Amino acid sequence: MKILVPIKRAIDYNVKVRVKADHSAVDLTNAKMSINPFCEIAVEEAVRLKEKGIATEIVVVSVGDKSCQEQIRTALALGADRGLQIDTSETLDSLQIAKLLKKVVEEESPDLVILGKQSIDSDNNQTGQMLAALTGMPQGTFASEVNFDAGKVKVTREIDGGLQTLELSLPAVVTTDLRLNEPRYASLPNIMKAKRKPLEVKSAADFGVELTSNVKVLKVEPPAQRKGGIKVADVAELVDKLKNEAKVI
Amino acid sequence: MTILVIAEHDNQELKPVTLNTLAAAQQIGGDIELLVAGHQCQAVADAAASIAGVTKVLIADNAAYEYQLAENIAKLIVARVNGHSHVLAPATTNGKNYLPRVAALLEVNQISDVTGVVSATTFQRPIYAGNAIATVTSNDSIKVMTVRGTAFDSVNAQGGSATIEVIDEQCDAGQSRFVSEELAKSDRPELTAASIIVSGGRGMGNGDNFEILYSLADKLGAAVGASRAAVDAGFVPNDMQVGQTGKVVAPDLYIAVGISGAIQHLAGMKDSKVIVAINKDEDAPIFQIADYGLVADLFDVIPELTNQV
Repeated sequence: MKILVPIKRAIDYNVKVRVKADHSAVDLTNAKMSINPFCEIAVEEAVRLKEKGIATEIVVVSVGDKSCQEQIRTALALGADRGLQIDTSETLDSLQIAKLLKKVVEEESPDLVILGKQSIDSDNNQTGQMLAALTGMPQGTFASEVNFDAGKVKVTREIDGGLQTLELSLPAVVTTDLRLNEPRYASLPNIMKAKRKPLEVKSAADFGVELTSNVKVLKVEPPAQRKGGIKVADVAELVDKLKNEAKVI
Repeated sequence: MTILVIAEHDNQELKPVTLNTLAAAQQIGGDIELLVAGHQCQAVADAAASIAGVTKVLIADNAAYEYQLAENIAKLIVARVNGHSHVLAPATTNGKNYLPRVAALLEVNQISDVTGVVSATTFQRPIYAGNAIATVTSNDSIKVMTVRGTAFDSVNAQGGSATIEVIDEQCDAGQSRFVSEELAKSDRPELTAASIIVSGGRGMGNGDNFEILYSLADKLGAAVGASRAAVDAGFVPNDMQVGQTGKVVAPDLYIAVGISGAIQHLAGMKDSKVIVAINKDEDAPIFQIADYGLVADLFDVIPELTNQV
């Protein structure tokens, strides 16, 4: 079984972001960048499926400028077999990414596509679902468990009230939730080996996808700041404040 | 302009978040149609018809929609959007599951987690775990968006008298099948709708210790939430998780107990009206956003607090 794992280079989740003074975007200058945490879980799941003998090949793809090769190399060090960078300097929306990924799916014909459920920068939670729609595949979103049985995949999903298990025909799209697995660290020998694994670069134009977007970000602002509160000395004072000052109980 | 809103329900009850989504639709302005897609869900459609401001209720009652499988629901919605200007769904796990599929089938973008309506084409939404607010404009022919329930006051569930139209498109993609469901049972109010929430973190130590939070919550009529650390440690099930990757809440009162206040948690609760932090580490980041902080051992003060409220 061939697995395609689309990954995204995103700001490291520990970084406290700052909005640019001109309110055009978030300031990413010199910010530490990493694989989006949900994408890392997707890579880990693919690697585990390969270790179980279910997957035979793992292809990692990322859309972005040359810098995202760093994240592709990381995924290769974690156990993916080869990488593909779709080169573009534009910031693309989810639909554009899904359209590009559809072309990759057509070329590679994977049995399973695993993506993160959302990237921690744009927080859209759309790409996997859109890719499933465009390729006509069923989708198993917010997966916390993935099992294969007789040509089908069983996906346990995290839903608002608890958990739900679905059975999907293959090929299918799965998006990962945080509880799916705990990603491993890449060892130094594997990082060295990853440098020799194939990494192909294609331009977005090679895929014949027109990259126009109908959504535009007008401005980005910092959220309203909460004013600093006070520390209370004991429970009695806390109860008094909640009853008489905040009037919430 | 006609706006199609997709109802959130469990085939028996309309979920309150639908009322918040309708409030967003009212701010956009226009006729509002509410789609109830499910199986044996007539009661939901009846309840929907009495909501103030709903022009028409569409009911699609078919076994294929019972669990709102994305493949089937998306086909149904796409078949119904002729001439609509907007399609809205609550930003629940359900809405997040099927709506991007709808958008892609319509070849339009989706605007996720809308927290503000500026105009019929311009909306606000949080990015970077709520650390920035983006104002986004769309010139797609149909605006498809999920709405963050806690950002809009719910519309009145009574006072309307919408007509109910039965739609019989049968959209079964046949690619997915419901196998099983494991729902957490609770008598307390639902997390996203509660006006008071008591949340526990890693500081609770273990699952049994959550009992003291349950006692406090029952005294306050509150829901109980948890941080990701508490969920990952196995103290409580994941549907209690508040945060960027769990539920986003904005109650009148949020009591964070033994929670340090990581960015991912704050993204889920920092719009609460009043935040109380109880933590023995006085440097915990949660104190920077708490209106009232109490530096103390939670095992001492929670029972005391339960006695005093």
